[in-house]
Amino acid sequence: MDIFLQQIINGLVQGSIYALVALGYTMVYGIMGLINFAHGEVVMIGALISITVTSTLAAAGMPLGLAGLFGLVTAMLTCMALGWSLERIAYRPLRGSPRLTPLITAIGMSIVLQNLAMIFWGRNYMTFPPLLPKVNFEFAGTHFTLVQVVIVLLSAALMAGLVFLVYRTKLGMAMRATAQNPAVASLMGVNINRVIASAFVIGSALAAVAGVMVGSYYEIAHYQMGFMLGLKAFTAAVLGGIGNLAGAMAGGILLGIIEALGAGYIGDFTGGFLGSHYQDIFAFVVLIVVLMFKPSGLFGEKTGDRA
Amino acid sequence: MKNWLSPKSMTGIALIAIALIVLPHVVGMGGQAWVRILNFAILYVFLALGLNIVVGFAGLLDLGYIAFYAVGAYTWALLASPHFGLHFPVWAILPIGALMACVFGVLLGSPTLKLRGDYLAIVTLGFGEIIRIFLNNLNSPVNITNGPQGITLIDPVKVGDFSFAGTSQIFGMTMTGPQKYYYLLVALALLVIIINVRLQHSRIGRAWQAIREDEIAAKAVGINTRNIKLLAFAMGASFGGIAGGIFSAMQGFVSPESFSLIESIMVLAMVVLGGMGHIPGVILGAVLLTFLPEVLRYAVTPVQMALFGKILVDPESLRMLVFGLALVLVMRFKPAGLWPSPERSRELSEKPVEVVK
Amino acid sequence: MSDILLQANAVAKHFGGVKALRDVSLSIRRGEVYGLIGPNGAGKTTFFNCMTGLYIPDGGGFTFDGVALQADAPHRAAELGIARTFQNIRLFGNMTALENVMVGRHVRTKAGVFGAMFLNRATRDEEAAIRQRAVELLHYVDIADRADDLAKNLSYGDQRRLEIARALATEPKLLCLDEPAAGMNATETEELRVLIEGIRKDGTTVLLIEHDVKLVMGLCDRVAVLDYGALVIEDVPAVVQKDQRVIEAYLGA
Repeated sequence: MDIFLQQIINGLVQGSIYALVALGYTMVYGIMGLINFAHGEVVMIGALISITVTSTLAAAGMPLGLAGLFGLVTAMLTCMALGWSLERIAYRPLRGSPRLTPLITAIGMSIVLQNLAMIFWGRNYMTFPPLLPKVNFEFAGTHFTLVQVVIVLLSAALMAGLVFLVYRTKLGMAMRATAQNPAVASLMGVNINRVIASAFVIGSALAAVAGVMVGSYYEIAHYQMGFMLGLKAFTAAVLGGIGNLAGAMAGGILLGIIEALGAGYIGDFTGGFLGSHYQDIFAFVVLIVVLMFKPSGLFGEKTGDRA
Repeated sequence: MKNWLSPKSMTGIALIAIALIVLPHVVGMGGQAWVRILNFAILYVFLALGLNIVVGFAGLLDLGYIAFYAVGAYTWALLASPHFGLHFPVWAILPIGALMACVFGVLLGSPTLKLRGDYLAIVTLGFGEIIRIFLNNLNSPVNITNGPQGITLIDPVKVGDFSFAGTSQIFGMTMTGPQKYYYLLVALALLVIIINVRLQHSRIGRAWQAIREDEIAAKAVGINTRNIKLLAFAMGASFGGIAGGIFSAMQGFVSPESFSLIESIMVLAMVVLGGMGHIPGVILGAVLLTFLPEVLRYAVTPVQMALFGKILVDPESLRMLVFGLALVLVMRFKPAGLWPSPERSRELSEKPVEVVK
Repeated sequence: MSDILLQANAVAKHFGGVKALRDVSLSIRRGEVYGLIGPNGAGKTTFFNCMTGLYIPDGGGFTFDGVALQADAPHRAAELGIARTFQNIRLFGNMTALENVMVGRHVRTKAGVFGAMFLNRATRDEEAAIRQRAVELLHYVDIADRADDLAKNLSYGDQRRLEIARALATEPKLLCLDEPAAGMNATETEELRVLIEGIRKDGTTVLLIEHDVKLVMGLCDRVAVLDYGALVIEDVPAVVQKDQRVIEAYLGA
């Protein structure tokens, strides 16, 4: 019982990151029905760009905190441009194609981005500059750091911001309308192209922030870091019910907590047979179990087929 | 099929047969490494045809197909190597491997085949990863798979005293191990191709296509879609399992590294880029996607040396980069694949009205 | 063998707060053409879907050929002898007309993967029989000349006929047609009427959902009228046509 609360906290932090990334997946899927496989790579590029910018500016004499801020903003802008280009160049020409075609394209773009990153930044793990002071807190037997607190609070703020955007602005209404029925939305004067582009751009901005968070949390970044993270975030989105904002957020946090608890307890649970290096499969096991009983995810709606 | 015995087809078949017989010796002149690559191309043909049943015939998106290859490979490795000290003969292990893969296919399919296409994709992907992680970690407390180091010294295919590994004298000719394996693989490949063609044009094949076209209508005419989909999974898995066993024997060594997600994607790319559902296209896809990266890898270093005087870009990253670009470009300009069936290319080339989704 | 082929007993179905079917009871006699009509939204297609296993009724049930109907999955209904066509035509577009009908034979044939792989005698014979029966059915609905055309390339009228041929291939005891005359002109409707009469003559019971009142009244032995999910009347056309409630339901008195 001693590690329970600690694992919950760890899970909450990791889960917040998953949630931010999951939102990007769910927005695009909700509007276009496309699994944007390249989204995980956008997170990675956000992390790597912020490292490069921050290190360069810090080496030139700028205080680390400020350099970090510049790094974050540059990463966000770059990723937003990247997301926009991805949609414009790779996905838009394929609208209306059967599902498999854009999916393969997405996989292809993911591979391209990963390898471009490797060519540009090399194969080695890169150290992430510490953007925040190392402050530790203790509470009820648990430890956590300033970085963790900032991650959770910042994610919450961003998620609240997104909810505000989607439910209280014109753009948000246009996005919801397009997700429900694109043909009719377009007839009502909604510019579908702009809505879709917005979904990609907003999702990519969140991804960039998530990239910086991951880098700060684990203190390293690497050209392959986007893959597993993206996969799990997408799993979280499906878990919550894909296309559903609340589902992505809940799914992300839930997944983080399940992973943390699982990693913490699996040794005891299986009498030492399985160790915490099985952590990565929790996401998938949970997904399979949930989908068996609730095929549209936790918050998903049953889309019945009308004969 | 009715015209197979016409003079024109007979000549064509004879020419292809001669080419196939001579090929390993021609290719071998460039070094045995190329014969090995040729053999891998044929193994990938098995895999691509197996996945074609699932994706092409039945229309089920499987992103974790390599798991069945892994099961077949490790089955052979465990039953024919010093690891457990077992040395079963080939005619026992291959069916067992196929059966094991089939069982896993049914295990995966039973709870998941009712899911929507994209959900199924992600679940199968997860399954593939689960298998890989288990293979990587089942070395303690009981050492089943020997973890990341894999299993070595695996028995080659042996028929009586005749082993396919090593060089032998046959009919007065010297044949190397890879060359012998080539003939075995070609013979098996022909069998697999015939089976696939027959499946495609059978009652079950029609049921698969019906489900792919309109699952609700398929149910309405009495097709038990769940079972028929499961059948596709099981058949595809079995083919993967058999290919895996031969891979194990041929290579003499297996490790979890060979069964990663990128492999599943590679096989899927072979099916989709070649021409989904169209057997000749799928074969073309498998051969192209095995050979081109190797040719690229071979050529990239000298070209870069000649142009820049040094290696600018690591051949491996360049290879993958080109692969990714190929996926994007083919989907953009030839979405039905390089050699699609006539109906399919019509289906995909009719440009749809600008409706989102 | 009883006179009644399908009996509906107080079938009820609701979606959330909407009562799509309220305790509908009716009976379809063997060998008749039975019409089911009613204004839009009356519950005709819902009734249909409950019967063929697409929906599970919330109350009541069906008896088919004397036995309680347990169509928990749509393919079960076909196995038991209930075939249907769809309001929006659901053909296998990229398969030929012939292949579409051959798929219809699936439920009455049995070759599996091993038969497919080894192509033994029994399988080959079964395939030939399937093909032959499919050709016969294409002739029956008069589209034999389009046998090798892709279903999606057929004309609208031919597509409707193909769907009927495919349904007949399942050897149904009860053939359910969901608005087969939708979108047809007078000539096509007349051809359809002749076809359905032929089907009745050849011994298959037909349930016909239709909006074309003239077709229904001229063709059906008995007619049931649904309105707001409830059965208004079930009787011969002559009586139904004159019933005050029916007139009100359609004209909204």
